[in-house]
Amino acid sequence: MNRTQRIAAAAASALVVGVLAAGCGGSGDESSDGTITLRVNLFGQFGYKDLYRQFEKEHPGVKIVETAEGDLGKYNTKLSQQIAANASAGDVVAIEEGQTVNFLQTPDKFVNLQEHGYDAIKGDYLPYVANATTTSDGSATIGLGTDVGGLAMCYRRDLFEQAGLPTDREEVAKLWPTWEDFITTGEKFQQGIGDDKIHFVDAATNTYNSILMQGSDETYFDRDNKLVVESNPAVKNAWDIANEMIDAGLTAKIVAFSKEWDAGFKNGSFATVACPAWMTGNIKGQAGDALAGVWDITTVPGGSGNWGGSWLAVPKSSKHQKEAVELIKFLSSAEGQMGAFEAEGRLPSLPALYDTPELKDATNPYFNDAPVGQLFVAGAKNLKPVYLGAKNVPVRDAFENVLRSVENGQRSAKEGWPEAVKAAEKAAK
Amino acid sequence: MKIRDRLTKTEARVAPYAFISPFFIVFAIFGLFPLIYTLWVSLHDWSLLAGNQGFVGLDNYRELAQDADFWRALTNTLGIFVLATVPQLVLATVLAQVLNSKLRAKTFWRMGVLLPNVTSVAAVGIIFGLIFARDYGVVNWGLGLVGVGPVDWQGHRWSSWLAISVMVDWRWTGYNALILLASLQAVPKELYEAARIDGASAWRQFWSVTVPMLRPTIIFVSIVATIGGIQLFTEPLLFGAGVNAISGGSTGQFQTVAMYLVQQAFTGQRFGYASTVAWVLFLLVAVFAVINVALLRRIRSVD
Repeated sequence: MNRTQRIAAAAASALVVGVLAAGCGGSGDESSDGTITLRVNLFGQFGYKDLYRQFEKEHPGVKIVETAEGDLGKYNTKLSQQIAANASAGDVVAIEEGQTVNFLQTPDKFVNLQEHGYDAIKGDYLPYVANATTTSDGSATIGLGTDVGGLAMCYRRDLFEQAGLPTDREEVAKLWPTWEDFITTGEKFQQGIGDDKIHFVDAATNTYNSILMQGSDETYFDRDNKLVVESNPAVKNAWDIANEMIDAGLTAKIVAFSKEWDAGFKNGSFATVACPAWMTGNIKGQAGDALAGVWDITTVPGGSGNWGGSWLAVPKSSKHQKEAVELIKFLSSAEGQMGAFEAEGRLPSLPALYDTPELKDATNPYFNDAPVGQLFVAGAKNLKPVYLGAKNVPVRDAFENVLRSVENGQRSAKEGWPEAVKAAEKAAK
Repeated sequence: MKIRDRLTKTEARVAPYAFISPFFIVFAIFGLFPLIYTLWVSLHDWSLLAGNQGFVGLDNYRELAQDADFWRALTNTLGIFVLATVPQLVLATVLAQVLNSKLRAKTFWRMGVLLPNVTSVAAVGIIFGLIFARDYGVVNWGLGLVGVGPVDWQGHRWSSWLAISVMVDWRWTGYNALILLASLQAVPKELYEAARIDGASAWRQFWSVTVPMLRPTIIFVSIVATIGGIQLFTEPLLFGAGVNAISGGSTGQFQTVAMYLVQQAFTGQRFGYASTVAWVLFLLVAVFAVINVALLRRIRSVD
C-alpha cells in the first residue's frame, strides 16, 4: 500500500467515525456571546411581533424567533411527531383547542407549569381555559391559555344589499335569532341575489362545527372518552341543520382553509362566514384592503358559542425552559393578550379584561367599525365549556368528510348519517 | 515476512471495506434499523403519544386486510401510478431521442427539460391546485371557452387522478429524459449507420436499436418511477389543500397509501396500525420492482 492509499484509508475511517459522532452529538442554540435564542412555534397569526421586541428589551441576551405554519392540520401533525420524538418542537409551542386532550395523554413531555407558579395566576383565566390543559388528577398543567373563540357572524354588506336584505348589523342580528331563521334568511338571500356563483355561506362544515360547539357540553365523546355520536342529540341536531342548509342550496361547497376559500373572500363567492374572533384577522388578510368596510360583524344564531382558542406550552425538549416559561407567562398575561387582540383581533381568555374600556369599547375599522369588543365579549361571557376527547380531531375529520361528500352530491343526506357514524367509529379506534 | 509488510497486507485487505463502510453504516442506522423497528411496532397496539399499549401479534395485519379505506387508497395509488408513469416513460424516451438529434442550442433544451424538476414540489402543488381549481381555475376557464361545463376536479375519482398525474408527469418527464439521453449517447453511432444502410426507417431504428440498447437504463428509470409512484404523497396532499387535506377528498377519492399511513399515524394517533401500513407499502414496492424487472427483461436486447 503506497502513501496515497494509506492517506485515503485513514480519511475513510475518519469519515466513518465522523458519521457515528454526528449521530450522537447535539448542538445547542447558545451562541458564543451568551445570547440565547427562543424558538416559538405557532400556527397562523398570533400578533406577537411587538410583544417579542418588548420581552427582548426586558430580558437582555434573549432573542426570539417565530415560525408560523399556516395549515393547522400540517402543524398538528408535525407537533405530534416532534413531541412524540421529544425533539425539535421549539422552546414554546401553541396547542390548539382540539389537541389539548391529546397532549394531556403525555403530560411528562411538557414542563409542568405548576412548578413555575401556576397556582398564583390560575384564577385569572376563564375556568374552562385553566382546566383544559390540566390533567384530570390535577397534578400537572401543560399550557397557559392565550385566546378563546367567542363566536359571531361575519357578513358582506354589499351582497346583502344586492339581495335586498338589511345591511345594518342590529337589523341583521334580528334576522336570525335561531339557525332555522338563518336558513330562511339564506333562502331569501339566494332568491334576491339571483346569481348561482354567489352563495349565502362558505361551507356546510364551518356552520356545522359552530352549531355543534353551541349545542351541549360534550360533542363526540363523553368525559370517559367513550364515543357518543349516536346518543348525543347535539351531534344529530348540528348534522340535520347543516343538511337543511345544503338542501336549500345555501353553501358555496368550498373546502375551508383551501386556496379556493381564500379566493372566495376576495371574489365574493359567499356572503357569511361563522366568525370566531381570530377569523377577523383571517378575513382581513384574505379579502385585502380593497374590501375594507364591506365586511361587517353581527351576532351568531343561537346566541353564543366557541370555535378554537389556543394555549402556549413549553416542551421538555427545550434547552431554555426557564426563559421559555417566562415568555409564555408574559404572552398570556393581560398585557400580552391585549397586544394580540390589538394586532390580530384574538379575544383574551382573561375575564378581568372584559370589563376594561380598551376591550369593551374596541371597534374594528376594517369591519365597518363593528364593536368587536362588545360582540365577542358577549359571546365569551356566555361560553359554556365543551369537552373534546383525545380522538376529537380524527372523528371530526371523519364527520366533516362525510358532510362534504353530501354537500358535493356524492351521497344523499340519508346515506350520509350512518356513513358518518361508521366513519366516526373507525376513527375513534 | 516483516511486521511492516504484514501490516501493509492487512491494510490492503481491510481498506476497501473501510471505503464502502460509510454507506452501509448510514444505511444500517437510517434504513435497516427503522425498517425492523417499524415491523416491531406494527405488532403492537401503539399510540403515538401514549406509547406502547401491548403486544397484539398479527391483529393489525388482519384488520388491514379488511380495511376498505386501505384498499381504496391502494386502488387510488395504483391508478394514479399507471396513469402517471406509463405516459411519462414513453414521453421521456421520445424526448431523449429528440434531444439526441441535431438541435440548435442543444444545452438550452437539455437544461430546459430539467427545469420542472428543480421547482419545489410545494410550489408545483399549489400552482396546479389553482390551475385545476373548480371556481376560478384556468383549466375550467379554458373548458368554458369551448363550451364544456366546469369540472369539479377534486370531486371525482377520474378527474382528481388525472390532475395529479399531470402534476407528476410535468415534474418527472424531463428528469427521466435526461437520464435516458445520457445512456443514448453511449450507443455506438455505427449501429445506426448500419441500420440506415440496411434501409431501416427512423421508427424502426428507434424500436430495434435505441430501445434494446437502452434496456438497462429503462429498467432503472422504471424502477425509480415505480418506487416514487407507489409512495406518492406530496402532490395529492397539496392538490386537496385545506382542512382534512390528508384524507384526499371528501370520500378519499385521491388518498394514496402514503397519505393513509400519515393520517393513521398522526391524525388517528395509531402508530402501530400505521407501521403495519408502512410495512405492507414496503412489501408492495418490493413486489412491484420485481414485476418491473421481469416485464422489462422481455424487451429484446441486442447482445
